[in-house]
Amino acid sequence: MNFVEINNISKSYGTHKALLETSFSVKKGELFGVIGPDGAGKTTLFRILTTLLLADSGSANMAGFDILKDYKKIRQIVGYMPGKFSLYQDLTIEENLAFFATIFGTTIKENYELIKDIYIQIEPFKDRPAGKLSGGMKQKLALSCALIHKPEILILDEPTTGVDAVSRTEFWDLLRRFKEMGITIIVSTPYMDEASLCDRVALMQEGKIMQIDTPANIVKNYKPELLAIKSNNMHDLLVKLREYNLNSQVYLFGQTIHFSSNQTINQSDLNNYLKNNGHTNVEISTSIPTIEDCFLWLMKQHN
Amino acid sequence: MKKFIGFVKKEYYHIIRDPRTLFVLIAMPIAQILLFGYVITNEIKNASIGILDHSKDEITKQISSKILSSGYFKLDASINSEQEIHEAFRKGKIKEVIVFEPHFAEKLKKEGTAKIQIIADASDPNMANLLTNYTEAIIRNYSIAITTQNTQISLITPEVRMLYNPELKGAYMFVPGIIAMLLMLISALMTSISITREKELGTMEVLLASPLNPFTVITGKVTPYLLLSFINACLILLTGYFVFNVPVNGSIILLLAECLLFIFMALSLGILISTATKTQQAAMLISLVVLMLPTILLSGFIFPVENMPLPLQYLCKIMPPKYFINIVRTIMLKGGNLATLWSDTLILFGMSIFFLMVSMRKYKIRLE
Repeated sequence: MNFVEINNISKSYGTHKALLETSFSVKKGELFGVIGPDGAGKTTLFRILTTLLLADSGSANMAGFDILKDYKKIRQIVGYMPGKFSLYQDLTIEENLAFFATIFGTTIKENYELIKDIYIQIEPFKDRPAGKLSGGMKQKLALSCALIHKPEILILDEPTTGVDAVSRTEFWDLLRRFKEMGITIIVSTPYMDEASLCDRVALMQEGKIMQIDTPANIVKNYKPELLAIKSNNMHDLLVKLREYNLNSQVYLFGQTIHFSSNQTINQSDLNNYLKNNGHTNVEISTSIPTIEDCFLWLMKQHN
Repeated sequence: MKKFIGFVKKEYYHIIRDPRTLFVLIAMPIAQILLFGYVITNEIKNASIGILDHSKDEITKQISSKILSSGYFKLDASINSEQEIHEAFRKGKIKEVIVFEPHFAEKLKKEGTAKIQIIADASDPNMANLLTNYTEAIIRNYSIAITTQNTQISLITPEVRMLYNPELKGAYMFVPGIIAMLLMLISALMTSISITREKELGTMEVLLASPLNPFTVITGKVTPYLLLSFINACLILLTGYFVFNVPVNGSIILLLAECLLFIFMALSLGILISTATKTQQAAMLISLVVLMLPTILLSGFIFPVENMPLPLQYLCKIMPPKYFINIVRTIMLKGGNLATLWSDTLILFGMSIFFLMVSMRKYKIRLE
């Protein structure tokens, strides 16, 4: 059964179309990721789901409640963490948490069990104003505040943006733990590497969802062969590869250049082509695509 | 109810965690009332004048000393010729010159009349008017005194009594005005800023996504400021009473209740402003321009409503401070009670309800 259902939601701001007929569904207890760069429409989508914005067209329901008619019910059962840090900077950790517990009609004590794992990490600083916390601690506090009323659905808008690598890993560990407690989680992120931590992901670009699947399937469905290529002159290599096959996707990926094309590429032909163009130490190998490769490939196909 | 208390607690933290703003809120009323009390005064005290005495006889000396000993004037420069008058005015040293004609006492005796010229610096017309009135009054008194001495002709002498403010003290006029001005400023400005601040900082987004209803948010926002403004009203009344001896002749309870009503009205206005603005700056500007100027100019605080052109008089009728200032003046100075003030009170109450209803309606349950 689908716990969250989104049907053809569209939203535009003036002439700018932020969301185009977006549809997807999330199962109960699923950790669902919405992956896309800035401006893809993730925040708009989340604000519509949290009943903060009205969609121009389309419908959605969460836990059986319609986002338009039953907005009050939805606000009871959803825990929302906006992309921008939205707690009271002049209130301490404890005061913030207590405030959010109160406005949801509960107390810290009542749901302490749920947030214990995160809260013990920030509890030593509970008398410190939220504005004076580090990025990672702010995120943990915001997550605690979003969870304090034991929501059925947790909606997190780019929770790991601007957070250091260690805190990011910790944060995802926590999310997995809440998922195991049965909370349905919808999370957005601009970081492609975080996609593999979700059960299923939607790849989003310019208000459109390009693909929805499990991270493993998305990688499996990557049609072209992906080649990782190295040589002595990386910059020229990029130019020459683009010239070699116009219908290809070429970009720098770490130490190598990722090259893939709609056509089948003969590796030795390519090797000769590069050598004829003055490249030495050419290394060509097939590589397993990452979500980022898939994303960029899909983007190219959509354009 | 618990939600409401939690919200008020949060607002209370915001207020006390910002001691600078709190200090301004508490110190401003006192500073304002002292400023108005000592600087902006319509009373004359030690105005510099010059005397050009062409006669220099017994009577002109008597009149001069009468004028100078009144306490309103002090002699700045003896002027010896007509030319010096203009010079002295242009330098701005003096505000008024009194000229006695030659052979003053002689003429008065022979012809029964003599002339005194009063020249005033009317670049400040109000001041000039006041000065000449005061001078004329002193001279009139003197002339009555000598005529009744010499002849037995009875003269009609009007006896003027100034009711409610016998000494014509400026403080009596401006204390009610300042109460209105400050309550309006603090209440409307602070609530509108505190709501728009939530919008700016993004905390409004979390509040909206929560099950809090608009009523709790609005009342929770208003309550702490209601209290703060009420403390301010008391501070102004106390300063007025102890520093400027402005009495409260009517019921103090009624006065405080009317203050509460006015604060409530101003707070509702503040919420209304915040529903229409997105940034703290915009809220501040609107509060200052839209609320402060009418409170000062169109309320009868400084300029009497009756003297205004008709369209402005109608405009004054929709300004809440007009009613409040009238109420405060009536209670404090005339000792009025609810029987005389019920209509003004009712109008204020109606306005409060109106603003509150509109802001509740306009309060957005979603992001814009």
